[in-house]
Amino acid sequence: METENLIPLQAIITHHNVEVTFIDSLHEYGLIEITTVHETRYIFKEQIRELEKMIRWHYELDINPEGIETISHLLKRVNGLQEELVAARNRLRIYEGE
Amino acid sequence: MEFIDYYKVLEVDKSASEIDIKKAYRRLARKLHPDLNPNDENAKKKFQQINEAHEVLSDPEKRKQYDKYGKDWKHAEQFEKAGQQQQSNNNYYSGQQGAASGFDEGDYSDFFESVFGRGTGRRGSANTKFRGQDFRAQLQLDLKDVYHSHQQTLTVNGKNIRLTIPAGVENGQTIKISGHGEEGANGGPKGDLYITFSIANQSKFRREGSSLYADADLDLYTAVLGGEVMIDTFEGKVKLKVTPGTQSDLKVKLKGKGFPVYKKEAEFGDLFLTWKIKVPTNLSEKEKELFNELAKLRNHGN
Repeated sequence: METENLIPLQAIITHHNVEVTFIDSLHEYGLIEITTVHETRYIFKEQIRELEKMIRWHYELDINPEGIETISHLLKRVNGLQEELVAARNRLRIYEGE
Repeated sequence: MEFIDYYKVLEVDKSASEIDIKKAYRRLARKLHPDLNPNDENAKKKFQQINEAHEVLSDPEKRKQYDKYGKDWKHAEQFEKAGQQQQSNNNYYSGQQGAASGFDEGDYSDFFESVFGRGTGRRGSANTKFRGQDFRAQLQLDLKDVYHSHQQTLTVNGKNIRLTIPAGVENGQTIKISGHGEEGANGGPKGDLYITFSIANQSKFRREGSSLYADADLDLYTAVLGGEVMIDTFEGKVKLKVTPGTQSDLKVKLKGKGFPVYKKEAEFGDLFLTWKIKVPTNLSEKEKELFNELAKLRNHGN
């Protein structure tokens, strides 16, 4: 398997100085995907942004993995609602004559 | 430059212990962190303030300095001098790397920078960013600008980026330009650039997605007898047949004369016209006579 779009988990753990158990718990909650190639564990490059957010929430804001799961779920809903709000506002402009 | 009461920002007493300050910071950070308040500029600003307050009050040296000079704003000159001296002589706080996460470097208040120099972040080198920061920009365009796909050069953080603005982009829509954010640290990937479009509409057309709506005037005679009229579409005039007996407020659909469908080449929505029949005014005697005759005919007919 190509590893071009993968980042070794160990590199992230060392770089951010985080515990492997924290990363494992995020994986257990289905918040990140971990793939193993030749016995090395990797995370997909496009998930780095989300993972770094979760690292911040845990280490800066003291939020546990259960809380992170709840926040992730709610944020997805917020984003969806914001998109709906933009669409609704654009629709409203029609009736308000700009 | 305004004096900032960092104790007030963190909602703690001046006698607060380090633990109290940390607790207060975390409580407020959980409420105001930009990750948890997407697209909320007000929360972002407040988060910057609590970060700044925490950076000062959680560091015994900085807190001491702040307590010494910060409380008496009347001695601003002396205060600033102390700050400048510290910057030039000691460069005391610039040895650390990286800005606080979700908190761009350069976002410190003037007050902070005058006392402590440039913001340098509270996390050590072990926590510098792996992936570059995302940049966000707003682009103001007119509706006619997004009728066709076009190329535009933007300057973001001093760099010119040439990008194609796709036809049919929506007001308030955000598009991601991958890899045009901040450089990553230690070979990490670059951040992304997010552009949010603000599209002003000065035309007489109202837009909803790819549909356009407009009112069109129609003279009484063509409405009654039918005929052909030239009407405005977003891209010029077209000839339109009017059926006899057209009523005011009747809607007609002009297929494919609306706005381009986003990311669908050569596909257009529809234009919906609402007829507004104009009743003639300032009638001549002859006209009145003829209308009276018509009225009599119509009354007898009924």
